[in-house]
Amino acid sequence: MSQIFKPSANQLSRMSIVIGIVVLGGLGGALFELIADSTYATRQGDAREQPIPFSHAHHVGSMGIDCRYCHTSVENSDWSVIPPTKTCMNCHSQIWVGSETLEPVRQSFRTNQSIKWTKVYDLPDYVYFNHSIHVKKGVGCETCHGRIDEQALTWQQPSLQMRWCLDCHRAPEKYLRPRDQITTMGYEPSEPQEVVGARLVKEYHVQKLDNCWTCHR
Amino acid sequence: MSQVTDEMSEPNESLDPLNLTSIQKKLEQAKGSGYWRSLDELASKDGFQEFLHREFPRQASEWIDDEGRRNFLKIMGASLALAGLSACTKQPTEYITPYVEAPEQLVPGKPLFYATAFPISGIANPVLVETHEFRPTKVEGNPEHPASMGAADVPTQASILGLYDPDRLQSVNFIGEIRSYTSFLENFIGILGSQKAKNGAGIRILTETVTSPSLGAQMQDALKAYPAMKWYQWEPTGHGRRMGAQLAFGQFLNATYKFDQAEVVLSIDSNFLGNGPGGVKYARDFVSKRAVRGGVRTQCRYYAVETTPTATGVKADHRRPIKPSEVTGFVRALAGAVSGQAGQAASGLAGTPFFASLVKDLQSAKGKSIVIAGEDQSPEVHAVVHYINQALGNNGTTVVLTPSLEQKPVDQFADLQALVQDLNSGAVDTLLILGGNPVFNAPPELNLRGAIQKAKTRIRLGVHEDETAEVCQWILPEAHPFEAWSDVPAYDGTISIIQPLIDPLYGGKSVHDLLAAFTETPEISSFQVVRQYWQAKQGGADFETFWRHSVHDGLIKGSAPAPVSATAKLIAPVAAPAGETTGYEISFHADPYILDGRFANNGWLQELPRPISRLTWDNAVIVSPKTAKELGVSDEDRVAIDYNGHSAWGSIWQIPGQPDGAIALTMGYGRTRVGRAGNGAGFDVYPLRAAASPYFARGAKVRKLGETFRLAAVQHHFAMEGRNPVHAGTLDEFKNDPYFSEKLSELPPKGLTILPQTFKYEGYAWGMAIDLTSCVGCNACVVACQAENNIAVVGKEQVLNTREMHWIRIDRYYRGESDNPQTFFQPVACTHCEDAPCEVVCPVAATETDAEGLNNMVYNRCVGTRYCSNNCPYKVRRFNFLLYTDWDTESVKLQRNPDVTVRSRGVMEKCSYCVQRINYAKITAEKQDRKVQDGEIVPACAATCPTQAIMFGDLNDPKSRVSAWKRETLNYSLLAELNTRPRTTYLADIRNPNPELTGTEKDS
Repeated sequence: MSQIFKPSANQLSRMSIVIGIVVLGGLGGALFELIADSTYATRQGDAREQPIPFSHAHHVGSMGIDCRYCHTSVENSDWSVIPPTKTCMNCHSQIWVGSETLEPVRQSFRTNQSIKWTKVYDLPDYVYFNHSIHVKKGVGCETCHGRIDEQALTWQQPSLQMRWCLDCHRAPEKYLRPRDQITTMGYEPSEPQEVVGARLVKEYHVQKLDNCWTCHR
Repeated sequence: MSQVTDEMSEPNESLDPLNLTSIQKKLEQAKGSGYWRSLDELASKDGFQEFLHREFPRQASEWIDDEGRRNFLKIMGASLALAGLSACTKQPTEYITPYVEAPEQLVPGKPLFYATAFPISGIANPVLVETHEFRPTKVEGNPEHPASMGAADVPTQASILGLYDPDRLQSVNFIGEIRSYTSFLENFIGILGSQKAKNGAGIRILTETVTSPSLGAQMQDALKAYPAMKWYQWEPTGHGRRMGAQLAFGQFLNATYKFDQAEVVLSIDSNFLGNGPGGVKYARDFVSKRAVRGGVRTQCRYYAVETTPTATGVKADHRRPIKPSEVTGFVRALAGAVSGQAGQAASGLAGTPFFASLVKDLQSAKGKSIVIAGEDQSPEVHAVVHYINQALGNNGTTVVLTPSLEQKPVDQFADLQALVQDLNSGAVDTLLILGGNPVFNAPPELNLRGAIQKAKTRIRLGVHEDETAEVCQWILPEAHPFEAWSDVPAYDGTISIIQPLIDPLYGGKSVHDLLAAFTETPEISSFQVVRQYWQAKQGGADFETFWRHSVHDGLIKGSAPAPVSATAKLIAPVAAPAGETTGYEISFHADPYILDGRFANNGWLQELPRPISRLTWDNAVIVSPKTAKELGVSDEDRVAIDYNGHSAWGSIWQIPGQPDGAIALTMGYGRTRVGRAGNGAGFDVYPLRAAASPYFARGAKVRKLGETFRLAAVQHHFAMEGRNPVHAGTLDEFKNDPYFSEKLSELPPKGLTILPQTFKYEGYAWGMAIDLTSCVGCNACVVACQAENNIAVVGKEQVLNTREMHWIRIDRYYRGESDNPQTFFQPVACTHCEDAPCEVVCPVAATETDAEGLNNMVYNRCVGTRYCSNNCPYKVRRFNFLLYTDWDTESVKLQRNPDVTVRSRGVMEKCSYCVQRINYAKITAEKQDRKVQDGEIVPACAATCPTQAIMFGDLNDPKSRVSAWKRETLNYSLLAELNTRPRTTYLADIRNPNPELTGTEKDS
């Protein structure tokens, strides 16, 4: 009876260990990357349920209300701010006063209890993002939040991964728009973006800030 | 290996007491700088070198927690497995709860600052409190108030943690049962009703020193309604100052000092540069006469005579240790010398060249000098010092006398004795103890604990369920000063309105609330009390404007009392208490941070190294090396001190500069019922402090107990061994050679580095300069940094392992004689090197210098190799060996600064130059299309520094103040020979010794 295992089997078995580790490791790594980058993990495009099905499409798209009517501190604070119940009631004490859907709003106003909104754009705690400086430097609402005028339930437009932030921080000219177009939805540059962007970078003194402590601290 | 480790593992055991002769020899032979940090270093104690040479102390990297290594591995295994899975998880869903109706003024995300005051012993520390969405997070000084000018001292900085202290009393209790405040009021009003017929003869109220005008008025109203009721006051400290003025002037006066006009200063045990009434203002004024920047080449001369070394005293040009019993003789001799009267008792120091020079200097600066006695000195010393100031013509010029700030200044020892008599005679039906902690800090022979229990009803308003609450029936939570309205004078009498910043967290009540019950208006709030008082006092149609301005500004303009003139008399000697005069002398001192014990449960204060002893979490039996040798003990040996039939047990700690034969004891420790931080920290010395000898006592016996008790001292931690870190010289040396400081460092050529020198710092280049002449070692910067940057408290065990997390440390160096050395302070934080050694060794690029020269520490990249710390020559990096941050205690979370990441285990951290403040200022400036102005960015340490010793700014702006500082010839880089090009540099320490005294004697 001939040998089942030839001397080369030793080599093969050793090689198989190495190859196995490399393949398994590679597969694991690839899987990790796949999952981490997936919209499942980043929640990109995920329209979140809210206690009140508030529709930006209706309020912005149909009614044409300016972003800053509700998001009052977008120009001077870190946060753009979710409006207080009072802001809703400015209109809804007059219109749709009997609406079943709006009952949580009226209840909040009656009981002085906050409405508990689900956070859609949820940055990690070690990221310090400031709305006001982005708006001032010519980053439009649409650039990060997408066509909010078309979103019935608000979803997370970008992945919010660091590389997405850095795309702009490293090449801001690709994304900037004039300050008077900040809240415009469906903005199209009048000249090619490279031209507008380069001009705005100069005009608005936009720096390429990619130091760690720009956002983390 | 194990044997070697074992040998080195206990460097403090099996060692002989320090060999003084060898130390002296070493000093004589010392070459180079001759700076040393401790007696151990001088003696080169076994294990000391090894301690220094280890980057982290032994066991620092070992897991010595209860969990055990095995368990740790299990957990690690599980977490490794989970790490793979973590990519599959999403961030947990978070919610936003907006206001229902947005409050006025608030822009969410932007802090608001409210002016108020934090009173300590009835003296206001004016502050601005930063609130985030009405959550107080940080205390800053009030720049508009003359007593603060933007700075705050240590206890004031730490007051914010006191607000969130999780061990605060959280409910109204009646003999262990939780009750409502209403049920207390019902009960109390019933008591008052039954007392009404007796005019309140059975009621006694014991408070702390009352200075609040509205509270004083309320008390008078209550006494009017119940004329037979009695009101007593008691605090263990401050008697000397109060009664000294009374003795000298025949009336209670408040003395304040103008250090900005003093050419010669003599401090007798005074801690005027530290905390205490006016400490912040005095430090600022004093340093204005000391700093030699901007072409100034003059300094005032500063002498100090001390019974124990303090941060204030060691800044002196000439400092002499003096035994507590000799202080009276010394001041009397001085009084005789300056007033030309003979016949005053001479002391050991009188007759020395030191004394002659001192007298000469004082006499040549008549009307421009200050003699100041310390809080822990007797009324007699204070009285004689008042007389000295008068003889020197200082009263009315550098010393300002105003009426007392107290509502009813009294001899508080007599008050407490009267109360005990009342109690013992059974005359007291109802006793109210409002604030304070008399059972803990009263003289032992009064047996207050027993006496109190003779009162039928005992009502206690207090912050904690403490030693006093233990013997009371009704226990009411006291509101923190940031939770209630009041009014309080600053050191100069300027009144601040205290406004609450948050609803009482635990339903706390203030003394105002409680006293309201006496005038049959129990529902009246502290707000109404204070406002109505000022309305009645101020009146006028535009009261509303006055009120709003006063509350907004944090002070009532023009409310400081006018100076009075009074004549001090030289009082007859007060007979020393009878008793033994042999044996050791013990002197009692309030702790510089936890004071009389009131802040014992404040973890920040407990862990803050004391300026001289460098101790944390404990007090000690402070002796001189010579006395220790005499006793045959060394550091950390436990001894018992017997005095007056009482004993206290503590560890020996030797401090050079302590007078021989005298033991300094710190009050405030040894609390048993205060909370997690204060319980069991240190030992209680109040049992030794008899009413007859509350300042010092003679005839104490010291017994060796033959055991050791470890003290968590930080003096060897993070040492930059023997590398000439401090540059110091005299004013004359500086005048003769302005470049002397530069010559002390060895400066390699700029290009001598392996790192590429290609980067040009255009734009901003942040940098810092620290003036060592101005630094008084008070540690306010350290605690301000802790509050601003969410730095964790680690506890005594971890401090013993060199794991304290403070981003700044104040190194204390000695030079010269081991019995009375010169002492220097040097604050060291991350120096933000341009060629940073930490950076090149990090395998994951978690620390990187950015385009503005900041050394960025990136927590989320850090994997905890600690190579950076190993390679840092300044030893300024701190590693979270364990999970130091408290993630569980809800109230403590409220304090955290939302603009700074809260770090977890396994992450390196260090000073960031307060990058959150830099970014805030940059964003503000960018939004206004301008550059950041000089002075717009003030890091937390610089903001709170009473002496403005820290300057921060843009080095690329030649007009910035920090650039001007760095152009001074005194400017030097720490460890310049390493060529790391640090952004933080130092200005050498300049002192102004009397040329007559050099070489004539042991100089200090």
